[in-house]
Amino acid sequence: MPLDLDLSKLRFGTELLKRGFAKMQKGGVVMDVTNAEQALIAEEAGAVAVMALERVPADIRAAGGVARMADPVKIQEIMDAVTVPVMAKCRIGHEAEARALESLGVDMIDESEVLTPADPFFHVNKRGFEVPFVCGARNLGEAVRRTWEGAAMIRTKGEAGTGDVVEAVRHIRLVTAAIAELKGLENDRLLAVGTKFAASYTKLLEEVRTAQGSDPTVREADVVFAGATLDDITEGIYQVLLEIKKLQRLPIVNFAAGGVATPADAALMMLMGCDGVFVGSGIFKAENPETRGRAIVDAVAHFDDPSTVAEVSKGIGLAMKGLDAKALPIEARLQDRGW
Amino acid sequence: MRIGVIGVQGDVSEHVDAVARALKETGKAGEAIAVRRRTDLDRVDALTIPGGESTTISKLLVQLDLFDEIVRRASDEAMPIMGTCAGCILLAKDAGVQADKTRTKLLGLMDMAVDRNAFGRQRESFEADLQVEGLETPFHCVFIRAPAILRTWGECAPKSRYQDRIVLARQKNLIGSAFHPELGGDLRIHRWFLDLV
Repeated sequence: MPLDLDLSKLRFGTELLKRGFAKMQKGGVVMDVTNAEQALIAEEAGAVAVMALERVPADIRAAGGVARMADPVKIQEIMDAVTVPVMAKCRIGHEAEARALESLGVDMIDESEVLTPADPFFHVNKRGFEVPFVCGARNLGEAVRRTWEGAAMIRTKGEAGTGDVVEAVRHIRLVTAAIAELKGLENDRLLAVGTKFAASYTKLLEEVRTAQGSDPTVREADVVFAGATLDDITEGIYQVLLEIKKLQRLPIVNFAAGGVATPADAALMMLMGCDGVFVGSGIFKAENPETRGRAIVDAVAHFDDPSTVAEVSKGIGLAMKGLDAKALPIEARLQDRGW
Repeated sequence: MRIGVIGVQGDVSEHVDAVARALKETGKAGEAIAVRRRTDLDRVDALTIPGGESTTISKLLVQLDLFDEIVRRASDEAMPIMGTCAGCILLAKDAGVQADKTRTKLLGLMDMAVDRNAFGRQRESFEADLQVEGLETPFHCVFIRAPAILRTWGECAPKSRYQDRIVLARQKNLIGSAFHPELGGDLRIHRWFLDLV
């Protein structure tokens, strides 16, 4: 039970607390669960956190239609069942869903492309929240924009609900190579990259001006998002890039997601430099979720020990059937949601 | 001296950085390394156990054959250990119903009872400046889904409190902290730990 805290001397929901929460997840596996029973299986298998959903991505894909925030009853049931942190998903740009999840007390919100996006122009302004956010990214530009918006964790998007790891690999490779590329850049070039990354905040204003027959060019002093001018955003993104250039990694925790189905898939993502792994459909769509869950946790912990990865991969039953991500029609690709 | 950081899950790199900075500040020769194998553990003079999920860290310590050796070295050789958050839970002899429910195996080295997630969920995570016995000015404490130490007995002594809860305790070579001294930038508690080595 929360104590009778003296609010005047305490600080809640700071960047340090939000990013710190994400750091505690490192080296772990976050598992998608749809009820209390699955949540307990995930916890027993060694998940560092669970993602509370109504349907796993493979089923969302199969069901079609609009995918929305889960029923709070479901989320609450899962929160009551386990002692590990509970995350839940809101639609991209859906501030009201995010606020509802925050009020439920979920430990982290995933602003996720697995759900149908609610805002065609913007993601949620995450700085305005006390709860930490994790956001998907396909490349460095998306990762940097989400970081600037206040995300505490990035997960490379991959292609959720396929069980095909190729897109997860593509996205971590794109992020890693882009970070290495920054190393050789002088600050003026870095500012040019920042300017390019900031440009996608101007779409709304450009569309409005075009419709009004005015010059669509958005200028530095124009307010484009969350009270910030294009100049503020460019400067903010430049500062994030400076930090990335120096650290040679993202300044926040970076997990893999979207297609991890086997212990070896999970180990591969760790070998490629991810801080941990989200497994969505890969566990509860497999033949034996409990054994597979444990095996994936072990493979993440021992990612650099091939004999352990081999050992834990033995006789764990069939993996989810999966979909060839390359064969997906464009409209079925979840990774293109968000920008 | 070589300080190990249990490197199986949690904020490992932050612990390695904090120990390395504390070594530099104190002018002590040494290094900080992540410990994932018995051969790593055999090379270190002291250990820190990071924050993370105590259930996960505990399972991995057993699997990696580190668990019993940590207990042996702490008991027989008085190896210094500092545990923060999840690490503090693992050092305790009693971690209440949540640890029982998840069947978390505790190192059980410190005479204290802790309560997991004592302050609530992530939204109840907080930063506060607290008095720490032996430090002249308050310490900036970062609590993230933190445990609290409910009581200590025997040779374990409280060193800092938040309201009616103990948040830092020491028992000879062992330090348990409910908060994260590795995250706040203030290394006085780390320096105190290094003095034990």
